[in-house]
Amino acid sequence: METIHLTSDTLNNFASEVSEATGQDMVRCYQCGNCTAGCPYTEFFDYPVSQIMRMIQTGQREKALSSKAIWLCATCETCSTRCPCEIDVADVMDGLRNIAYREKRFTEKDIRTFYEAFLTSLRNHGRIFELEIIARYNLKSGHLLTDADLGPKVMKQLHFLPKRIKGRENVARIVKRFMEKR
Amino acid sequence: MRVGVFICHCGNNIAGTVDVARAAEETAKLPHVVYSTHYMYTCSEPGQDEIKQAIKRENLDRVVVAACSPRMHELTFRRTVEKAGLNRYFFEMANIREHVSWIGEDKDLNTNKAIEAVRMAVEKVVRDKPLYSSSFKVNKRVLVIGAGVAGMQSALDCAEGGLDVVLVEKSPAIGGMMARLDKTFPTIDCSICILGPKMVDVAQHEKISLHAYSEIEEIKGYVGNYQVKVRKKTPYVDWAKCTGCGECMEKCPTKNAYDRFNFGVAPTRAINIPFPQAIPKKATIDAKFCRQIQKGKCGVCAKVCPAKAINFELQDQFVTEEVGAIIVASGYGLIDQELLPEYGGGRYPDVITGIQYERLLNASGPTSGHILRPSDKTEPKSIVFVSCAGSRDKSIGIPYCSNFCCMYIAKQAILTKDHIPDSQSFVFYMDIRAPGKGYDEFTRRAQEDYGVKYIRGRVSRIYPKGKKMIVQGADTLLGAKVEVEADLVVLATAATAAPGAAALAEKLHISYDTHGFYVESHPKLRPVETNTAGVYLAGAAQGPKDIPSSVGQGSAAAAKVLALFSRDMLESDPAIARVNQNACVGCLKCAKTCPFQAIKDEVLRGGKVVANVIETVCAGCGVCTSTCPCGAIQLQHFTDNQLLAEVNSLCLS
Amino acid sequence: MIEQEYAYYSGCSLEGTASSYDRSIRLILKALGVTLREPDDWSCCGSTPAHAMDHLLAGALAARNLAIVERMETATLTTPCPACLSAFKKAHARATEDRAFKDEVNQLLDIPYEGGVKAKSTLQVIYEDVGLEAVASKVTTVLPDLKAACYYGCILSRPPRLAAFDDPENPISMDRLLAACGVEVCDFAFKTECCGAAFGVPKKEMVLRLTHKVLTMVEDCGANCVVVACPLCQQNLDLRQAQVNRAMGSSFSIPILYFSEVLGLAFGYTPEELGLDKHIVSTDALIRSRRSKEAEETVSTVKEKVKKSAAQGTAGKSGNAPGPEDTASATKEA
Repeated sequence: METIHLTSDTLNNFASEVSEATGQDMVRCYQCGNCTAGCPYTEFFDYPVSQIMRMIQTGQREKALSSKAIWLCATCETCSTRCPCEIDVADVMDGLRNIAYREKRFTEKDIRTFYEAFLTSLRNHGRIFELEIIARYNLKSGHLLTDADLGPKVMKQLHFLPKRIKGRENVARIVKRFMEKR
Repeated sequence: MRVGVFICHCGNNIAGTVDVARAAEETAKLPHVVYSTHYMYTCSEPGQDEIKQAIKRENLDRVVVAACSPRMHELTFRRTVEKAGLNRYFFEMANIREHVSWIGEDKDLNTNKAIEAVRMAVEKVVRDKPLYSSSFKVNKRVLVIGAGVAGMQSALDCAEGGLDVVLVEKSPAIGGMMARLDKTFPTIDCSICILGPKMVDVAQHEKISLHAYSEIEEIKGYVGNYQVKVRKKTPYVDWAKCTGCGECMEKCPTKNAYDRFNFGVAPTRAINIPFPQAIPKKATIDAKFCRQIQKGKCGVCAKVCPAKAINFELQDQFVTEEVGAIIVASGYGLIDQELLPEYGGGRYPDVITGIQYERLLNASGPTSGHILRPSDKTEPKSIVFVSCAGSRDKSIGIPYCSNFCCMYIAKQAILTKDHIPDSQSFVFYMDIRAPGKGYDEFTRRAQEDYGVKYIRGRVSRIYPKGKKMIVQGADTLLGAKVEVEADLVVLATAATAAPGAAALAEKLHISYDTHGFYVESHPKLRPVETNTAGVYLAGAAQGPKDIPSSVGQGSAAAAKVLALFSRDMLESDPAIARVNQNACVGCLKCAKTCPFQAIKDEVLRGGKVVANVIETVCAGCGVCTSTCPCGAIQLQHFTDNQLLAEVNSLCLS
Repeated sequence: MIEQEYAYYSGCSLEGTASSYDRSIRLILKALGVTLREPDDWSCCGSTPAHAMDHLLAGALAARNLAIVERMETATLTTPCPACLSAFKKAHARATEDRAFKDEVNQLLDIPYEGGVKAKSTLQVIYEDVGLEAVASKVTTVLPDLKAACYYGCILSRPPRLAAFDDPENPISMDRLLAACGVEVCDFAFKTECCGAAFGVPKKEMVLRLTHKVLTMVEDCGANCVVVACPLCQQNLDLRQAQVNRAMGSSFSIPILYFSEVLGLAFGYTPEELGLDKHIVSTDALIRSRRSKEAEETVSTVKEKVKKSAAQGTAGKSGNAPGPEDTASATKEA
């Protein structure tokens, strides 16, 4: 195991960076573990939420941003609802994801592929088109048969043409301006 | 007039950010100031000597000390100038520490501000009039509010010291929380076995008169002479006749009354004696549950009572007690489970509170000391204790530690193993707080000798699954989520101020913090005094604390009262309101606003009505002076002239 | 009842896999006298992928719709979808609490958002604005076979600061609405447990395990159907139920209904009108025994009479409300 040098200059920078991005005060966390205890995803995480919080407090930027946990968090808000220190923990996880996105660190490739497929559909039509997302995801991820077993059943629920809105140019412009800004 | 100014360095507290030499130099130039100097510690003996010598040497008749808050040392310096022959009110303090050096970092600006503070004080001191205290007689009886272990200790110590004690207890029986406990940590002494004899002493002491099932209605007066109106709540039973035989309780058909003594862990009868060792051992009817009182039909207790003591017509009664001092030992409360919805919010019968579990352990409790879970009366084998259930939880407004939970959980876990040898207890904790003598060893014993599993992490959720309660927690040392299938869950619910604490504080004119706990005069040096003369604190009313600390405070408060009563006469503070009868138009607005009822109307010869201040009752708060439309009522030592002179000095600078 | 009007944002899911949610919502609100006006040319709220990528992008995508609603002169936006609701509430809160954020968002938009739109879930509108009494007054049909577990999902009432609706740990709005329709509701401990949300496609194994937990608890509490208010919950529980069974070796066959569908059935709409044929796990058996309220009242009066005579016959015999078999045997004994 590595030795973490707590006297290095980077110790507090990461906590400030996260606070800046989310408005949450990381010093408040006293490591009770409530977020980890309530999180439905702890069993799937590589690090439990409370340890992600600790990484932020101790400046472990690399480790936190390359964790799987930040991608597997579904923003179910259990942690934020029960945190005794009134930290919006889910928002912190979201903030970490935003930073990781900006730095193109995608530890969970399939999730990224799904999000991209979703946003592409959104940009193309203004609304999302479920069939297109699945198709796009299957192609890009290489998991060609994802949910193919649902085929006949799901057909009665799906539309086969996208609902294109008039203002889809308008939506595409939002995404374009955003990309330019970042 | 010859004013001397003494600027204190307070070590580096003031001198660190105020140029004291420049301040002394500048203030020497102020009108009336004939002498100005600075000194390392003005409050020290040589510092005070310097003031005394300067008064003689420079022929000073007024003194200003620029130092800390007057709350800290005003009295010190008043005595100093008095010893040098000046009236003690020819002295003013400029607070250049809390108001200047501690809050600003710019030395230049701070120094300017310090000089202005001194200028204001000089303007006031030259307008100071000599004031003289009068003395009055002390009524050497003491009122103790609350007969828990702290209040009983105070009452017994005062009584042993020869004082007459009036002890008022809200519940039908004395003993407070301690009477409900099974054992005490860390010695596992039986709680009622050590408290019981004290309760008997209280009941039998010829110097103590007890008003049980009574509350404070109104308090008038001042240190040395309080009049206290006590409401004796009606028990609907003539306690003079009741022998405590318990026949009524046996026969009462209402079996689902809320049991206050047992914190509702099992129901009781509408008429009941709270516990076998109760003092006084008298029956009380809970009107809310009584069929006779609510619906007008039943009266079974009245029929079976051999002493004919039941009387549904009895009303609350009032008695007025005259005392010279008051000890407030009104105890604490516990949060309702409703505040913890993630733990079921009280919906699950097998999720109970620590004090309820205490009653299940107790031989005189509803299960006769057998641990049976409330839902199905079976013996639990897997028991989870959740510490900090509401404590240290900002999200519900309780950021503080409840002080005693870590210890009682360890005790309850140990007792659980004694009661049910094949049981397994788990304790979820964030920190183990065991700083008392023998305390840490005790929590170690729970783990090493009794096999209690301590898990470092908070519990996030509790929910039922079949007959089990699933406790979802974390083991932060492992970095894992953990679950326990429990038969019974015990929540160490947060301690709060006692219900009604704020209302009592208003009656007593004492301060309370944002959580409702009473505020002591000084957190280190005056822990049992309040800012109201003659009112003292003991026990958990001041903040959650365990038995030894409560008993210690009980004795300390008693010592304070005995010291106060060692004198026959007390001196009054002359800085009170005075009425200029020529200017008063008799509107009596002042009388209406006075929070102490210290102002009465007076008819002069010739029929003119004026306001009149009762010297001993006036607390010198000054509310009346701001109400008076013609400036006729003035607070001595803080007259309009003085305050305006201070303001002018600041505005004109 | 006061005539009420809302801007109705159905969201993309309700145009696709959750079309029966949309249909049933429109039908029952019409019956309850509430007018829904669809914002012109609304777009996707951005949902999880947008806020995972960036708060600013998420804010702008949601605010485009808020800006449209703002110009409708309808103060309140309502959406049946908790994910859309959360996107709107977060965007609105950030924009109104943080001036700089609002300016940044508006730089991305063609029409600026000023911050004047309140968003409410359609469940909240029905529960709070319309009210239980009005709902109960529309009930014409009883659903005697339903034993419902109300599953609210994770974000309908959480985090409480933002959601400002119902209880974050033990929400009761759906329970009460169903009870007002005479439906039996079970005490369900996993009302707000997460189903796996949007991870159904990229992290199916995770969703199947979480969904399995929820369905197991549904069975444990004695329910025979789940009533939901979220299209994602419905999708994960219904569409993926067969996948759960295959992956976890279970054999669930639990119909997953939208609360609006249950209300619709109680109001007398047919399963076809409500779109129940779109469900994957069939609801047929569950609702077969539904009958009109009058018929039910006649039945219960008869039952009551039988019960009374039985009670007279077996004086002193105690027990819970006896069924027909009990009464028959009781009469025999007598």
